[in-house]
Amino acid sequence: MQTTEERNRHPWLARLHIDGPLLLALLALSIVSLFVIYSAGGQQSDLVVRQIARIGISFAVLFFVAQINPANYRQFSVLVYLFGIALLIAVLLVGETGKGAQRWLNIGVTRIQPSEILKLAVPLMLAWYCSQGATPIRFGQVLVGLILIMIPTALIAQQPDLGTSILVACSGIFVLFLAGMSWRVVTMGGLLAAGSLPLLWFFALREYQRQRVLTFLNPESDPLGAGYHIIQSKIAIGSGGLEGKGWLQGTQSQLEFLPERHTDFIFSVFSEEFGLFGVIALLALYGFIIFRGLLIAIRAQSMFNRLLGGSITLTVFVYVLVNIGMVSGLLPVVGVPLPLISYGGTSMVTMMAGFGILMAIATHRRLNISQ
Amino acid sequence: MIRKRVPIRDHQAEAQLFFRRAVFCMVLVTVVFMILLSNLYRLQVTGFQEFQTRSNSNRITVLPVAPNRGLIMDRNGELLAENIPVYSLEVIPEEVRNLAERLQAVSELLDIEPGDIDQFVRQARISRRFPQLSFADNLTEEQVARFAVNQHQFPGFSVEARLQRHYPHGELFTHAIGYVGRINQQDVIRLREQEQYANYAATRTIGKLGIERYYEDVLHGKVGYQTVEVNNRGRIIRTLDFSPPSPGRDIYLELDVGLQQVAKEQLQDRRGAIVVLDANTGGVLAMYSNPSYDPNWFVGGISRDRYSSLTSNPNNPLINRATQGRYPPASTVKPHLGLLGLMDQIVTPTTRIWDPGYYEIPGVERRFRDWRPHGHGWVDLNKAIVESCNTYYYDLSLKLGIDRISEFMSEIGFGRRTGLDIREENAALLPSRDWKRGRFGEPWYAGETLSVGIGQSYWTVTPIQMATTTQVLATQGRRIEPRLLKATESAEGLIYNAPREHPPIMIENTEHWQTVKQAMANTVSTLQGTAHTAFRGAPYLAAGKTGTAQVARIADDIEERPDIEDVAERLRDNATYIGYAPTTRPEIVVAIAIENVGGGGRNAAPVARALMDHYFKHQREDERPRTAIARYLVQPETELADADH
Repeated sequence: MQTTEERNRHPWLARLHIDGPLLLALLALSIVSLFVIYSAGGQQSDLVVRQIARIGISFAVLFFVAQINPANYRQFSVLVYLFGIALLIAVLLVGETGKGAQRWLNIGVTRIQPSEILKLAVPLMLAWYCSQGATPIRFGQVLVGLILIMIPTALIAQQPDLGTSILVACSGIFVLFLAGMSWRVVTMGGLLAAGSLPLLWFFALREYQRQRVLTFLNPESDPLGAGYHIIQSKIAIGSGGLEGKGWLQGTQSQLEFLPERHTDFIFSVFSEEFGLFGVIALLALYGFIIFRGLLIAIRAQSMFNRLLGGSITLTVFVYVLVNIGMVSGLLPVVGVPLPLISYGGTSMVTMMAGFGILMAIATHRRLNISQ
Repeated sequence: MIRKRVPIRDHQAEAQLFFRRAVFCMVLVTVVFMILLSNLYRLQVTGFQEFQTRSNSNRITVLPVAPNRGLIMDRNGELLAENIPVYSLEVIPEEVRNLAERLQAVSELLDIEPGDIDQFVRQARISRRFPQLSFADNLTEEQVARFAVNQHQFPGFSVEARLQRHYPHGELFTHAIGYVGRINQQDVIRLREQEQYANYAATRTIGKLGIERYYEDVLHGKVGYQTVEVNNRGRIIRTLDFSPPSPGRDIYLELDVGLQQVAKEQLQDRRGAIVVLDANTGGVLAMYSNPSYDPNWFVGGISRDRYSSLTSNPNNPLINRATQGRYPPASTVKPHLGLLGLMDQIVTPTTRIWDPGYYEIPGVERRFRDWRPHGHGWVDLNKAIVESCNTYYYDLSLKLGIDRISEFMSEIGFGRRTGLDIREENAALLPSRDWKRGRFGEPWYAGETLSVGIGQSYWTVTPIQMATTTQVLATQGRRIEPRLLKATESAEGLIYNAPREHPPIMIENTEHWQTVKQAMANTVSTLQGTAHTAFRGAPYLAAGKTGTAQVARIADDIEERPDIEDVAERLRDNATYIGYAPTTRPEIVVAIAIENVGGGGRNAAPVARALMDHYFKHQREDERPRTAIARYLVQPETELADADH
């Protein structure tokens, strides 16, 4: 009944395969993004113009992706996944010389980032794999799933791109979790991961990554060196207070004490200028998007759609968590942008494509029923 | 087989499972957001004060602003020391990688003498007062432009414009005005002791010599502060608050550019010094020491070559001969000794002695010779001064005795610093019995008294002393401290510098003054007078006394100096002259000492004539208000300080 009511209320939106509330929230974030980028980028309008272009492209991608029936995605899941892996290997072979220690500025450095494709390919693949049989998935399936996750994660971490590899891994693990991976495995996996941390420390992490973790643990130990960014970011956020210093009035950002102001550390700019009230509003907006996404996933008719929708949504959550946690000193500095707010192209397009899939899940299901 | 493996799917149960997991995720999301928010609350609410403070200390810096130094003008308002804008190449050593190499590169780019780069780099490492150092001063516009184009190659370098002291008259006033130079470590220590260091927070130079040093407090002004917002590279974005510095006060000196120029022209390349005083106020109208040097060399820091060219110059340009040059006064002290003879009633104006051309002390074999081989015949006091008879003074000084001479001459001002308002002053030497015992451990001999009687022996004077002691005669006993400072600028107008005057010399019979002064007038106006030739045809009546000092006593010192080539030249007599004019109501006093040129009558008296000619020619013009400063003159306070010393 509810379904028909909604259709009756927004018949044109449903026909365009658009989820109204989600679209509104995304538009709101985009507008916020333009304002903060204008402030963070030294009030240069060309940054804003370029961001508008990116937002336009991203929404076009969203609109295009939303038109495709999720069943088609399912068909091509394996193919997309294999294609992505192939590209990653190509990057590993060809890009070795080109990739330097430019980790901090990884966004936009390369025109095509195969790792971005994997952000969608992994959830597609895992959702396909887990929806082949019945859920909850069995332990063996979990192991296979983990291997499917590990391959691209390791390849991306190798680049090195810690932020993206974490996001890719999470997107896969969310599918496994939503597919009913038993709690015992969840607990054991958590313990195993904690136990393997020392191994990671000594064998997997590179020197600068270790340094970053150390800096995170005690930023004041090196206030002018590696800890500088975290300290300046915390000063920016803290000095914003409840109400903030006002738009364009954030001294930490305007006077360039903040690093990476319009990209990774844009949340600090926002917090400085709009204060805790602004932060609460922003988190509420993210919360709304995540809840809306999960709701769409719950309402989906097939397990593939549910798992895919849930994973995409929860990945957005990880973005928000890692980025805000990083700039406010809760997590180590990992190059993860703030979704839809940070300046930058590639990850925004990927994310909007993800939202496009969510909208497809939300709208095509009804058409399926009516058929 | 396959069917058994794949259980029948319970879509309802699967949806339920997903629902539960999704709800769990919702709870997880909510909890994590709460954690994030509580952390942000901790930063933005609990830690707000701390972070706000740290944010402000990031961006707000208080910078001292140097006050503009007061100008120095001559009595007619002509600029003697001004502040002109200059461009300098500044460098912040901490911001430059490979400093030495960059300095070399920038030197080549701007085509400047690199100087001692190693020395500069070493200096940059030690503690210093400013974060940035000046590498090159006085850049031309072309150099500034060339640097601007290539600035990107030189991070940490910048071209700064600021005001720098400039002395438009160059070497003309160096010894009077002195100069400013960079504040060095000793200056810093002194400023700290005087609790003035904070006031110099932004100041780069300080008065090192002369007026610039003596009136440093007046000229410097008070530092201002600028509260600025800076970005993370320390660049000033905007000024939040500005409390302007109060500039130093302008001062007017008694000096007269025209008269000073005459003094310089008169000395030409001769070593010596000239002092001209205002007879009634003690104002120093001219004070020139030759050779001089360009004070502008010192302002931005003098190069080692230039400095050693000054220190190794055998003519010692660095010495202010007017206040530090010690010359035997020779016959210029004869009027003073004559006055003492009259006062003590050892002679009267009519007392006569016979001068055979020499003098003999009873019981001493040596003959003390007069400069005229066959003597002056019968000589009274007037003739003794006019013709500068030595024999008369041998007799007089022997009768006075060294003790009485030292006592009275000290009272007049010999052997003492005059109190001129610059620090570079020498007391010279007025010998006495005590002095000799202390200096040589020997008793005083009568023969030495005779030498003192003609202004020789150990007796030395500085030209400024010659001037002030002459002024005592001209004003009949007034003892006014000479002063370079005429007036100080203030909000209310000019504040005149009241002359400091010591209690006058009192004589019971004031006619003695007249006797001595008449003799000095006769020296100039009568045919026999030693200064007659020089003053022939002068349109005013002048009085004076010539002196010709033997320098043989210091010949020993000279011969030991290998840098002096022409030893014979250095053994020639010094010419000295004292004088004043007009004879009634004297206006100016002149004192001259010229080294190794011969007799005072021929060499020093014409200089006095030229100075007086200039003075009286322009004095008439001065009667009209001819300067801008005349408009806002404040009535001078005629309160005379009677300090007891």
